[in-house]
Amino acid sequence: MDIRRLTINSIRDGLRNREFSARELSIEALKFAEQENPRTNGYLRFCSARAMEQAARVDALVANGEDAGVLAGVPVAIKDVIVTKGVVTTCGSRILETYRPPYDATAVERIEAAGGIIIGKTNCDEFAMGSSNENSAYGPVCNPVAPGRVPGGSSGGSAAVVAQGAAVLALGSDTGGSVRQPASFCGVVGVCPTYGRVSRYGLVAFASSLDHIGPFARNVSDAATLLHVIAGRDVKDATSAAAPVPDYAGLLDGNVRGMKLGVPREYMKDASSETLSQIEGAVERFRMLGCEVREISLPSTGYAIDVYYVIATAEASSNLARFDGVRYGMRAEVDGGSLIDMYRATRGRGFGAEVKRRIMLGTYVLSHGYYDAYYVKAQKVRARIAQDFTRAFEQVDAILSPVSPFPAFKLGEKVADPMQMYLSDIFTITGSLAGIPCMSVPCGATSEGLPVGLQIMCKHFDEAPMFRIAHAFETSVA
Amino acid sequence: MKLTEKEVRYVADLANLELSEAEVQGMVKDLGEILDHMDRLSLIDTEGVQPMRQVLFPASEAATLRADEPGPCLTNEQAIANAVNAAQGYFRVPLVIER
Repeated sequence: MDIRRLTINSIRDGLRNREFSARELSIEALKFAEQENPRTNGYLRFCSARAMEQAARVDALVANGEDAGVLAGVPVAIKDVIVTKGVVTTCGSRILETYRPPYDATAVERIEAAGGIIIGKTNCDEFAMGSSNENSAYGPVCNPVAPGRVPGGSSGGSAAVVAQGAAVLALGSDTGGSVRQPASFCGVVGVCPTYGRVSRYGLVAFASSLDHIGPFARNVSDAATLLHVIAGRDVKDATSAAAPVPDYAGLLDGNVRGMKLGVPREYMKDASSETLSQIEGAVERFRMLGCEVREISLPSTGYAIDVYYVIATAEASSNLARFDGVRYGMRAEVDGGSLIDMYRATRGRGFGAEVKRRIMLGTYVLSHGYYDAYYVKAQKVRARIAQDFTRAFEQVDAILSPVSPFPAFKLGEKVADPMQMYLSDIFTITGSLAGIPCMSVPCGATSEGLPVGLQIMCKHFDEAPMFRIAHAFETSVA
Repeated sequence: MKLTEKEVRYVADLANLELSEAEVQGMVKDLGEILDHMDRLSLIDTEGVQPMRQVLFPASEAATLRADEPGPCLTNEQAIANAVNAAQGYFRVPLVIER
């Protein structure tokens, strides 16, 4: 058994043929993950006791010949913005350094109900705010396939541990590209499903109209299976959709002949030449697979970054108001100070630089005199961006683009210039604003060996064709 | 500059956020640059466009609401377990109202 190459299928076969037990596999997976972690800093902590308990449950079911679930025995990592009962959940922030959630996120519950083994919590940008994982209070994550470079963000830890083989699957969260961009930088598959497809219950809120929980995996089929497990209506999240959830993995037949794919001209002009040449290669491959590829236009694309950083920071400034030192997290006591003094000191000392910047920006755009000019205006332009997609999907079944304008950049390269960092999200943000499903699938590498990701976007609730396209591409390059 | 030091301090007050002198200076520069970029939004014509307030799908608004019935919830002990300062089932904070 090579722990780094395990898949859902190979684990299922291994358990069935008694090659290993869930317990043995979990011990091996945890050992490997702990031993490899110093290379990436991808995990913030492991939850061995919880993993062993779950493994025992799975082994008992297998021994009795009962169905142990589609994820039986599969080691899964969880981004540290998703709560796990009794297991410290920090959101990459000092302010929550000791927070032990009293409940599990719905996605976590569903993974365990399907037999998955949660082995640890992964590093991320503080409160998922960042594009490089350099905003974590617990140190940056290093890209396991490109030493000295960032893994992308904000779900950098989840992408890194899946890429290095320290988990078979991981959950991340994607608000403006935080699953897709790190997946592309680390050469793994990352999915941001339709808004509402996966319950956000237990995902610590950053920007509620944009937040999604999404899977990471080393192949399309595994990502599709994980999404199937966590998707669907949940009474604990009123925005979760009741739409039926197809068996995504079961629908991967490799056939994409006759599908219409669009390539938006606005996305191609801003990408680096090496990224572009990989994407053009992918487009050629789809033609060979029998797809009809045409150029399309998404004319409002150029404004997406501005819209996103108005709406996301406005929602964040409101969502993060709850961190005040009273109910959870750290508290900075001020001698003889008032309640407000305590709030201010706690938040000033507990939050990092990027979180403070976004709270400030969000508070500003919502403040008296600026609300209409920034916030309402941004919501109107958001509607135009969503309309662009609606029109495009009248002509095509899916849209192809780069995930990021450039591959993984060097650690430290963009920290000093927040606007440059924000611009790295330019191709992922539009889909987030429209609420459509999008994913990153590995698509070759640059001459330096840096992975490039192909983004596939489909219309609301069309994850099934999105996976089919990704899988056909993956199979054709293998 | 787009944003003055005075405005930065005012916004920090609204957000209940303590900022050091260096942080205030940094915000003047960073937020100023970001807001300059965001001002491009005023260039786009949105006459007659309704603001997108929700990511809505074709479904009745009430379709996603659960029945308004009480269900299991956290115990008092669980609810205060993460507080730095709690006693007798309550969160403790600095004195708010003087008698």
